Amino acid sequence: MASLIYLDHNATTPIAPEVLEAMLPWLREGFGNPGSDHPLGRAARAALDRARAQVAALIGATPDEVIFTASATEANNLALIGAARALAERGRHLITSAVDHPSVAAPLGHLAASGWELTVLPVNAEGRVDPADLTAALRPDTVLVSVMHANNEVGTLQPIAELAALARARSAVFHCDAAQSIGKIPVNVDALGVDLLTLAGHKFHAPKGIGALYRRAGIPLAPILFGAGQEGGLRPGTENVPYAVGLGAAAALAAGRLPALTERLTRQRDRLHATLAAAIPGLTLNGHPEARLPNTLSLAFPGVTGRDLLARAPRVAASLGAACHAGATAISGVLGAMGVDPARALGTVRLSLGAETTDAELDAAAAALIAAWRGLTAG
Amino acid sequence: MTTAAISGIYFDNNATTMVAPEVVEAMLPYFTEQFGNPSSIHQFGNRVGLAIKQARAQVQALLGAEHDSEIVFTSCGTESDSTAILSALKVQPERREIITTVVEHPAILALCENLEKDGYKVHYLPVDGKGRLDLDAYQALLSERVAIVSVMWANNETGTLFPVLEMAEMAKAAGVLFHTDAVQAVGKIPIDLQSSAIDMLSLSGHKLHAPKGIGVLYLRRNTRFRPLLRGGHQERGRRAGTENSASIVALGKACELALAHMDRERNEVRALRDRLEQGILAVVPHCFVTGDPDNRLPNTANIAFEYIEGEAILLLLNKLGIAASSGSACTSGSLEPSHVMRAMGIPYTAAHGTTRFSLSRYNSLAEVERVIDAIPPIIAQLRKLSPYWGENGPIQDPEQAFAPAYA
Repeated sequence: MASLIYLDHNATTPIAPEVLEAMLPWLREGFGNPGSDHPLGRAARAALDRARAQVAALIGATPDEVIFTASATEANNLALIGAARALAERGRHLITSAVDHPSVAAPLGHLAASGWELTVLPVNAEGRVDPADLTAALRPDTVLVSVMHANNEVGTLQPIAELAALARARSAVFHCDAAQSIGKIPVNVDALGVDLLTLAGHKFHAPKGIGALYRRAGIPLAPILFGAGQEGGLRPGTENVPYAVGLGAAAALAAGRLPALTERLTRQRDRLHATLAAAIPGLTLNGHPEARLPNTLSLAFPGVTGRDLLARAPRVAASLGAACHAGATAISGVLGAMGVDPARALGTVRLSLGAETTDAELDAAAAALIAAWRGLTAG
Repeated sequence: MTTAAISGIYFDNNATTMVAPEVVEAMLPYFTEQFGNPSSIHQFGNRVGLAIKQARAQVQALLGAEHDSEIVFTSCGTESDSTAILSALKVQPERREIITTVVEHPAILALCENLEKDGYKVHYLPVDGKGRLDLDAYQALLSERVAIVSVMWANNETGTLFPVLEMAEMAKAAGVLFHTDAVQAVGKIPIDLQSSAIDMLSLSGHKLHAPKGIGVLYLRRNTRFRPLLRGGHQERGRRAGTENSASIVALGKACELALAHMDRERNEVRALRDRLEQGILAVVPHCFVTGDPDNRLPNTANIAFEYIEGEAILLLLNKLGIAASSGSACTSGSLEPSHVMRAMGIPYTAAHGTTRFSLSRYNSLAEVERVIDAIPPIIAQLRKLSPYWGENGPIQDPEQAFAPAYA
């Protein structure tokens, strides 16, 4: 069987060889506990410090503003529950968008059931939040606004700098889930003007099981885990040194690849889109045509379901909705929030490219998808 | 292979352990070709899901759990501990008391201190000079006001074992949930949860030759539960976040190895520890074993060297390539004697000099003999500098040693 063509980088990415190389010594001989006061422990501490500096450099932060977590889900839970609790005396009104990831929506929903009020901003047909809607939603008791940088399903980029400026002008803390944008486009916390920002290792070639929360110095945050005081007391638990080193290496790699990688992915993706559109009349794009991640192509194939289409193109590894929703038959909440009709949503396939994706793979994927679509719609 | 081959002599296995070479090998494919997201519909994801299922069964076997669905993967022991206790409080809002002990790990104590600020009543069971609990005092505290009992299985500093099986039965009889922080016990002593009354248990991968960054919360079937991390269906909705498949596979392998080597831990490692202890106690005057020598982990020796500083002992050991610890890794750097030593009433002239040697199956008798040879001159050298030490022994009144004399 011909090898699989992996076009599901928004679900997870392969670990870069450089990242694995950087990690291995810390899984083998460098196994010390960073809290230990002997040479093995001190070596682990130094590795952790270097990794923190690498992550900080990628996003324009200082190292002490980076908190390592075990996942982006944890970083989002910490950011939202931690900031809401720390700010509870100032107010209890929270704002998010209708297309944010479940790891943002769920903790906010939990807060909404525990004495906080939550406003969910709508998005337009291209998946964008209208800053005017945020202006209208902000209240004197609004303490926290959380809007994702890039959507995982359709790739639409939100106008974060504008939204963050509006929130901060009203003294609300602004959190941004940047799990999908980090490593694909340049992300700078000062240019975006955010107070809290979430990173996910496995979305940019580090392993699953490591994430980070950027916290701007001085922003109030309460921990959600309690223990021996690691990560400034905000994330106790023995530090996952090899994975943190992996995240640092992935950050350094991303910093070296951008912005050229952004341009290459955009070109590859648009060529794939053009090839498919030329062969498949009625093919439609979900998401914003320009303000979009360079690697993401969410396409509605006419007259078929995405599930049937991928079953007929077994070499192509892609997803239907978000990977997290596989197995559920409900139409994705993101497409629903954008007003995409059910037939079009069912025909949607998300193709997401990565740094190791080749032109030849994309040609083969396009041929396979076109053949599958023709097979399903013939006669 | 012993740890001496790569990093000198490593006797700090209660702080963290070397990842077993077989464990590293087992996880490598999940960093490379098997990198899929287990939730994805394609083959990349599918195979990873199967590997996670196997790892869950391997953990289940080591813990003697009845069902594999009782194993919830987390990122560490600390996360498991916070999740367990906060869940018990959320599902029983009418119960506002917690029972724990004074010698727990900071993962429990820091959480309890925080809960006290929120108005919960925390009962801290004291320990005697050997670190043992009074079960009558415990029985008297059990009531329908108590949401959860959390008692460590084995103490990280002294290795002393608590009677958690009996304590869990007592809690069950009183209708109270029972959690044990077993991060030091798992892999070192046999555990059979299905025949116990334990409702929840925390384990940490990096204490049993799996990597850092992976843990488990055991959750007995039908135990009411509220998640700590929300936002995904993973782990049956009990712990959201894309699964750390490589580390989960690693933990499964480490549990399989721990089960296979259980007799070695209990016999060979114990023999090494006993030899180390006897070898040191036979030659060094004024030192003693802390904790309960008759009822403790087979790998742990915590020795109090009187009239000197543990930190100084460690520094000199480091120069010889020997890694041990004073207190726990999590709180080292503090000059205060550990809360465990204070709780046992160890005199400060001894508590400051406590040194923990924690062994593993990767240590050898040759390493033990080298440490036995290294210790006496270090102790003698430091005592020469000690204000509490005279020509040939401790001075009469150590309390007065630092008292300044004014003319």
